[in-house]
Amino acid sequence: MHIIVCIKQVPDSAQIRVHPVTNTIMRQGVPTIINPYDLFALEAALALRDKLGGEVTVLTMGPPSAEDSLRKALTFGADRAVLLTDRFFAGADTLATTYALATAIRKINDVYGAADIVFTGKQTIDGDTAQVGPGIAKRLGLLQLTYVSKVGSLDLTARTIDVERRSEGGVQVLRTRLPCLVTMLEASNEIRRGTMADALRAARAEVVKWSAQDAGVEDISKCGLRGSPTIVKRVFAPPARAERASMVEFGQEPPADALIKAIFARQPKLEADLAELARGY
Amino acid sequence: MSEVGKTPTPAGRAGTKKELPEHFKAYKHVWVFIEQERGQVHPVSWELMGAGRKLADKLKVDLAAVVIGPNAEVTTQTAAESFRYGADLAYVVADDILSDYRNESYTKALTDVVNTYKPEILLLGATTLGRDLAGSVATTLLTGLTADCTELDVDTDGSLAATRPTFGGSLLCTIYTLNYRPQMATVRPRVMSMPEPVERPVGRIVFHPLGLVEDDIVTKVLSFMPDRDSAKSNLAYADVVVAGGLGLGSPENFQLVRQLAAVLGADYGCSRPLVQKGWAPADRQIGQTGKTIRPKLYIAAGISGAIQHRVGVEGADMIVAINTDKNAPIFDFAHVGIVTDAIRLLPALTEAFRARLSPHSRDRMAS
Ligand SMILES: Cc1cc2nc3c(=O)[nH]c(=O)nc-3n(C[C@H](O)[C@H](O)[C@H](O)COP(=O)(O)OP(=O)(O)OC[C@H]3O[C@@H](n4cnc5c(N)ncnc54)[C@H](O)[C@@H]3O)c2cc1C
Ligand SMILES: Nc1ncnc2c1ncn2[C@@H]1O[C@H](COP(=O)(O)O)[C@@H](O)[C@H]1O
Repeated sequence: MHIIVCIKQVPDSAQIRVHPVTNTIMRQGVPTIINPYDLFALEAALALRDKLGGEVTVLTMGPPSAEDSLRKALTFGADRAVLLTDRFFAGADTLATTYALATAIRKINDVYGAADIVFTGKQTIDGDTAQVGPGIAKRLGLLQLTYVSKVGSLDLTARTIDVERRSEGGVQVLRTRLPCLVTMLEASNEIRRGTMADALRAARAEVVKWSAQDAGVEDISKCGLRGSPTIVKRVFAPPARAERASMVEFGQEPPADALIKAIFARQPKLEADLAELARGY
Repeated sequence: MSEVGKTPTPAGRAGTKKELPEHFKAYKHVWVFIEQERGQVHPVSWELMGAGRKLADKLKVDLAAVVIGPNAEVTTQTAAESFRYGADLAYVVADDILSDYRNESYTKALTDVVNTYKPEILLLGATTLGRDLAGSVATTLLTGLTADCTELDVDTDGSLAATRPTFGGSLLCTIYTLNYRPQMATVRPRVMSMPEPVERPVGRIVFHPLGLVEDDIVTKVLSFMPDRDSAKSNLAYADVVVAGGLGLGSPENFQLVRQLAAVLGADYGCSRPLVQKGWAPADRQIGQTGKTIRPKLYIAAGISGAIQHRVGVEGADMIVAINTDKNAPIFDFAHVGIVTDAIRLLPALTEAFRARLSPHSRDRMAS
């Protein structure tokens, strides 16, 4: 069995700061991490491989420095890493991203064997669109399983896979055919620590690097900024509210009473609403 | 399933505004995909009708609802319901194959209707269903899609200006889809306000055939396990919400939040770190990566007010913040603030509200 996992290197956004005056993002020194959601996908892939045999290939499109993330994925136990990197890919929106990634996946299929499953995370923490997975599926004609909380039985002879998929009001249990694309829900599992042997192998392993041409991109105008139908017109900081909170001074009064008074003074109608709700309880 | 269709030729390089290619000029009107699952319309659809109505009025075009579902009364009823929320007409694909949501059948249904009737703008809810569908439809149509918008507007030249948080919510950006149609966007539940339904004459329903048989669809639904009622939190739609943050110090103190919520008949929530620490389940998280709420009253105890939290609560009519730090950012957007120890205030507040709101005290006030 061959499984491809798409991972993305993202800035650790907990550490992103916005310049207070210029409103630009201060990226310097912000550490990068593997998109946290992608680790759930990677673990799901590794678990399947351990059970059923085969290989896991990790793939990322990004700057040359994204190699770090791939190497990290190798230490967790991935078998092979492919870095898709080219200046033509810069500034891609989701449509252009899926064009590049789908092209690379076709090439991986040719060179290393056809993938049975392509995994992605549910979404990234920087792009945050949850569209790249479905986009790749559509371009490659793969059956699409999003928001998967559990991969159930996988029958390699019948080529079927059962999954539990989160929907708005419950969980759908779906059966579909391989090859398919799965986007994994968070908290579905936890990434393993990786063995010493994996760490040693990862340190020596060679990361396969492909340019647009290497990957077999036929139409460069469909990549990067040029291939992106959406453009960012404006980036701005959220406007501040005109007034700050009015602060409750309570002096000798019990603070709870002072606060309730302040709330109802501001919105008298609220008291009747609350009484109504409280009665329901 | 087949490969993506032929690429429509864009007008030169994307990113530069040229005149819209001829074949896109036929694209008119604003559409909202009405999400229904198991006979239940997701309220985000009506919220989007409210936003869509404003866009349509600005553009002086029609607002249409797209309803996809089983060949049953619920589907036509949903279409009729959409007129009450402002739709001028409804496109309906009704087929029993569409009883359960499946990507293959719904993508086919929606792309077919789009290709036949050509909307200029297509809006969907950013729910699990909506995001699954929107990504596939946009890629099939090879058009742009802006996810999780917080604001939708029409520019002076008639383009859709879709604003969304970026970089973990620290900034906002406005995104355009210049040379492609339709312009697609998703919006999360509760980000837009719910429009008041009106009694209107029934609009026009246009039925569109699905053109699939069950055997064409590979994916089968083996079963559906509805969430237990107790597992469902109605946080996004609650009238009153009480939430706690790291300032509470311990999972035991988080009970104080739940106790106040109980007395107020409110739902309870939390900031993200509490979910990460396992003090509260994930569906209680409020904020950019949790739920967006629009209650009449929101009480935040021991929450600093990080931007990712702020974007989830700004729709509240009244935000009350309890924090020991008078410089906490939450006081920049709360309406009423109090600088005090929440661990001590919460029990007192629970008692004071209980006394004030009890039927007994109401009788007294009424007399
Ligand atoms: C990509 C991304 C997405 C995120 N999404 C979300 C999200 O959806 N929702 C969310 O909430 N966060 C989210 N966050 C996290 C967010 O940035 C903040 O870290 C988080 O909201 C802080 O939680 P907090 O206010 O509970 O904790 P803190 O920031 O630690 O604040 C604790 C507050 O409690 C006060 N305090 C301390 N003791 C007391 C006391 N005894 N009584 C009263 N007050 C007291 C302190 O003064 C302080 O203001 C996200 C972050 C990232 C990077
Ligand atoms: N540049 C990229 N390289 C590899 N995988 C990606 C890339 N961007 C997105 N993905 C995958 O697609 C998923 C969804 O991303 P997004 O649509 O940006 O939220 C991620 O969790 C990744 O698995």
